[in-house]
Amino acid sequence: MSAPLALRVVEHEAQVFKRFWRGTLFGYVLNPLLYLAALGFGLGSLITENQGEVAGLPYVEFVAPGLMAAAAMQAAAADSLWPVMAGMKWIRWYHGMVATPLRPRDVYTGSVAWTAMRAGLGATVFLVVAALLGAIPSAWGVLAIPSAALTAAGFAAMLAAYAATQEVDLRFPLIMRLGILPLFLVSGTFFPIDQLPGWLQVCAWASPLWHGVELCRASTTGMLEAVDLAHLAFLVGFLWVGWLWGIRSFDARLTA
Amino acid sequence: MSETPLIDARGLVKRFGDFTAVDHLDVQVQPGEAFGFLGPNGAGKTSTMRMIACVSQRDGGALSVLGMDPATEGSAIRARLGVVPQDDTLDLELTVRDNVLIYGRYFGLSRAETRRRADELLEFVQLTDRRDDRVDALSGGMRRRLTIARSLVNQPELVLLDEPTTGLDPQARHLVWERLYRLKRSGATLVLTTHYMDEAEQLCDRLVIMDGGRIVAEGSPRALIDRHSTRDVVELRFADEHAQHAALARLEQVGERREVLPDRVLVYTADGDADVERLTSDGPHPESLLVRRSTLEDVFLTLTGRSLEE
Repeated sequence: MSAPLALRVVEHEAQVFKRFWRGTLFGYVLNPLLYLAALGFGLGSLITENQGEVAGLPYVEFVAPGLMAAAAMQAAAADSLWPVMAGMKWIRWYHGMVATPLRPRDVYTGSVAWTAMRAGLGATVFLVVAALLGAIPSAWGVLAIPSAALTAAGFAAMLAAYAATQEVDLRFPLIMRLGILPLFLVSGTFFPIDQLPGWLQVCAWASPLWHGVELCRASTTGMLEAVDLAHLAFLVGFLWVGWLWGIRSFDARLTA
Repeated sequence: MSETPLIDARGLVKRFGDFTAVDHLDVQVQPGEAFGFLGPNGAGKTSTMRMIACVSQRDGGALSVLGMDPATEGSAIRARLGVVPQDDTLDLELTVRDNVLIYGRYFGLSRAETRRRADELLEFVQLTDRRDDRVDALSGGMRRRLTIARSLVNQPELVLLDEPTTGLDPQARHLVWERLYRLKRSGATLVLTTHYMDEAEQLCDRLVIMDGGRIVAEGSPRALIDRHSTRDVVELRFADEHAQHAALARLEQVGERREVLPDRVLVYTADGDADVERLTSDGPHPESLLVRRSTLEDVFLTLTGRSLEE
């Protein structure tokens, strides 16, 4: 039997990506350079002067995996809101897909898979740049790539599922500003969450990004422990719930 | 009619909330036929097509497409259909050729086979010289032709066309018709919706006229004209309402049926020329007078009425 139908959707996305991969790759290189320069080294040098280490790490080593996971989340969010609206409504190529043997769930699964793959590519570039800048102390760091991709997959699954329920993109900027940005700030990206007030710590535990950050950080520092399995399980669960929602919302939207 | 129909709908129903878009529709389409759904906007044509194309679930009745049930075997049916939807669903980011290539991949065709077919199909719809252009740059007529080429990449047994020429200029329409006619001659079964009468007359062997989700007439274009209209129609225009009113009594004496419109009077008659001769010998004196053959449009307007249903 042929490969899963969703792979044909991945092939489509790859075909489109071929047209603008240079710009995307440039962004992937620029992002870690800017963030690590400003936060890792700029802010990091202040922290080192005043406090020394953060969670037992030089600040740049602490913040690099956090930024890596957060970048994967942000890319996944942007790739899963407006492009889904375009596929459903603005340009409507999803409707062309479901006129073939592909089903709405294949379209959805393939799109999410592709977003995760792109995020994985971004994470790979991030890791290489960060390693060259000396922010990745352990070879286990390669495990941060699938960790970041899994984090991205979870957000992609959830947000694409949501986007398919919307008629207009009115709420998408709100999702970015009131959902994605706060997660970026309080998910252990820049500082350990035990610095937060107690109630916010509880919020952070519920943040999928925090689990992604912890997994990436454990990888790049080579300090993987049993608790990281719990982080992994949380992310898989997050992806699963999003996927269950998405196959329904895509079906409802594309076969009305 | 002994062959198994490619499409067999019995008591087909589609509802959107309280609104019944398709109301107990019975339709059979035989292999090799060019079949048309004709009707005003909102008649239920597109809803019917979407159920046949297995992208919309029916809410009642029985439906079989290529001998299978769309509710359970949608993927397998779609593998053997060609679909030209009402709104283009092309990939604007990709080139003309890549649009066909990726579509072939959706059907699981090998890259080599898809390439071969893509070149043939682009030739067929006369887009070979635009093959490397982005779809963005194409005119509406070219996009339509590309959509048709794309829909044929899996060599479908049944091609569904939802308003294939709506919005196209006359040259583009005729080119699309010509290609569809060739496709029909090659043995493909075509099912199309349209609200253009000339399109239905050009392309369809048999058609149904739909209104309010139901079939109001069925037959070949010629048979429908014979049954629901007269051979000729005489159109008379008068200088003003007063003149028109004055002439009506005289017009009562010719033809089989009259239709009085605000700006003209239509006389449905078996022999328009003879009637005109009788009328002009002892006047009324219309400002203009036209004798023409009855068309499907007369049938359509007779059956579905002249008021706008939007």
